[in-house]
Amino acid sequence: MERAQQFHLYRQMLLIRRFEERCAEMYALGKIGGFCHLYIGEEAVAVGAVEVLRPDDYVFSSYRDHGHCLARGSDPGRVMAELFGRATGLCKGKGGSMHLIDVERRFMGGYAIVGGHLPLAAGVAFATKYRGGDQVALCFFGEGALPSGACHETLNLAALWNLPVLFLCENNRYGMGTPVERAVALYQDVSQGAKAYGIEASRVDGMDVLAVHEAVSAAVAQIRATQRPYFLEAMTYRFLGHSMADPSHGHYRTKTEVDEAKQRDPLRLLKTRLVNEGRANDNEFTRIEQDVAAVVQEAVAFADASPFPSAQALEEDVCS
Amino acid sequence: MTPATYREALNQALREEMRRDDRVFLIGEDVAHYQGAFKVSKGFLEEFGPRRVVDTPITELGFTGLAVGAAMAGLRPVVEVMTFNFAILALDQIVNNAAKIRYMSGGQLTVPMVIRGPGSAAHQLAAQHSQSLEAWFCHVPGLKVVAPSTPYDAKGLLTSAIRDDNPVIFIEAQLLYPTKGLVGEGDYQIPLGVADIKRPGADVTLIAYSKMVVVALEAAERLAQEGIQVEVVDPRTLRPLDVETLVASVKKTGRAVIVEEGWPFAGLGAQIAESVYQQAFASLERPILRVTGGDVPMPYARNLEDAAVPNADRVVAAVHQVLR
Repeated sequence: MERAQQFHLYRQMLLIRRFEERCAEMYALGKIGGFCHLYIGEEAVAVGAVEVLRPDDYVFSSYRDHGHCLARGSDPGRVMAELFGRATGLCKGKGGSMHLIDVERRFMGGYAIVGGHLPLAAGVAFATKYRGGDQVALCFFGEGALPSGACHETLNLAALWNLPVLFLCENNRYGMGTPVERAVALYQDVSQGAKAYGIEASRVDGMDVLAVHEAVSAAVAQIRATQRPYFLEAMTYRFLGHSMADPSHGHYRTKTEVDEAKQRDPLRLLKTRLVNEGRANDNEFTRIEQDVAAVVQEAVAFADASPFPSAQALEEDVCS
Repeated sequence: MTPATYREALNQALREEMRRDDRVFLIGEDVAHYQGAFKVSKGFLEEFGPRRVVDTPITELGFTGLAVGAAMAGLRPVVEVMTFNFAILALDQIVNNAAKIRYMSGGQLTVPMVIRGPGSAAHQLAAQHSQSLEAWFCHVPGLKVVAPSTPYDAKGLLTSAIRDDNPVIFIEAQLLYPTKGLVGEGDYQIPLGVADIKRPGADVTLIAYSKMVVVALEAAERLAQEGIQVEVVDPRTLRPLDVETLVASVKKTGRAVIVEEGWPFAGLGAQIAESVYQQAFASLERPILRVTGGDVPMPYARNLEDAAVPNADRVVAAVHQVLR
């Protein structure tokens, strides 16, 4: 991969990291409300995968969707404004943290019923095939969705009808507080579930953005060529709690475990590699850090200055 | 106008829409090779091929959700649920996705789709295959709900439903499929949200929809022999409800009876009554009465089933009561 692209990946991951750190602050200040699920620790999956796509491909996500949306290139100001519930937000303040949608970028949304968006991704792929297109539907979901009926029904339909979907399972090892080994029968290799439906599957280190990029590149190329679905499991870890409502450790995992996972922080991994390979120096990282800080600051300022939705907005957009 | 059964009317509407618009496709269990459990899609596979007439596995959640996604991407799916009892399995997709995506996205996305199939009781199909769930769907903002009672209405309303940019729940009735009537030739639309006066009268308003219109008309005929002129009003679309037409009728007659096949508690008739009370309370001579299905799971035994479904006798009795 070109050096410039590697830096771009780093910058995108850093943008998500710093953006979400500000989200936590804004949540504490009461500017962001409701449920707010941060993606910190998992950035390499969204960035490595989305970077592979064409602008006309589709992306679906779950409720932990800030990272995927930013990786897809949505304006950070409009994302923050959505989180603030402002009229200038991506969804005019009606979606919120769990339902970021940016159709212009074919970011088809964050959905908050676990497993419930998998059929939607298959449907978009069905439409693509119906029209004879070659777009791919990339569908992110957590390993917590694997045992759901929605997941099994979708895998079966996608395999049966040869739908161009990349099922990207972000295995962060916990469905809220329940570890995967207490929730998924085939937890040691969850891709067996997909293989059982005849879907080709593999696993990638989800903390290594270059590995994710490579695996997704291969998967997407294969999907476009064969018009068959593919299942990729990215092994990752969320550094913070399930949402802003719970601590990163204590009830269901130890501080030692979290600290150990942080040793493989995706930002640190890429930075170390770039430095060790002599492809970067500290000044460059400082400049990226400053750039990103400015973007995030501007996003917060934009959101803060934006108006709340008008009273009339309440009943708009229900039906045509 | 030409004669057609309710089933044929639906077939015609769907066929004409599929001929007119390549984005329209039919998806559901046994819709292609079997030609539909109730033969609504007779001849479709032959005419449109497997790309547009799609047999599915028995996975309502999966294929309904898939259709929602296809609609988000610009197609106009018509989902056939073999019966609305099975739509319960797809309720998350209908309520949380189809109905809400337009709103959650701030109007960026639309979900133009129809979910259609038979609801309500047939004969001795017992508890899990005999129920009227329209109130569930009517409760949800973002959905439109249609329940036609005649072949003419079925054809015009299905055409409108397919051309509508919102998710439309289109509830047919198994016992109406063989009923005959006259339909317009070619395509025509009956706008959603417009009621129809099925029989004019000055003494009592009978509000009924779907199969209960047949029951109401039978009761009206018997009452006419007693000199009681009943006006039968069919909302046709249950959401949005044409309150204006209902209220105009009630203001004229001063008395109303609502006939519905569903369960009484929190049933659709309660909502219709409330809507009418809001605007016609002063015109009412008597409280509105409701004739409903029994407050029980549907029994199998024929005599018990008969007791659980509204019939003309009960409607006639209710009209007598409201005239007292």
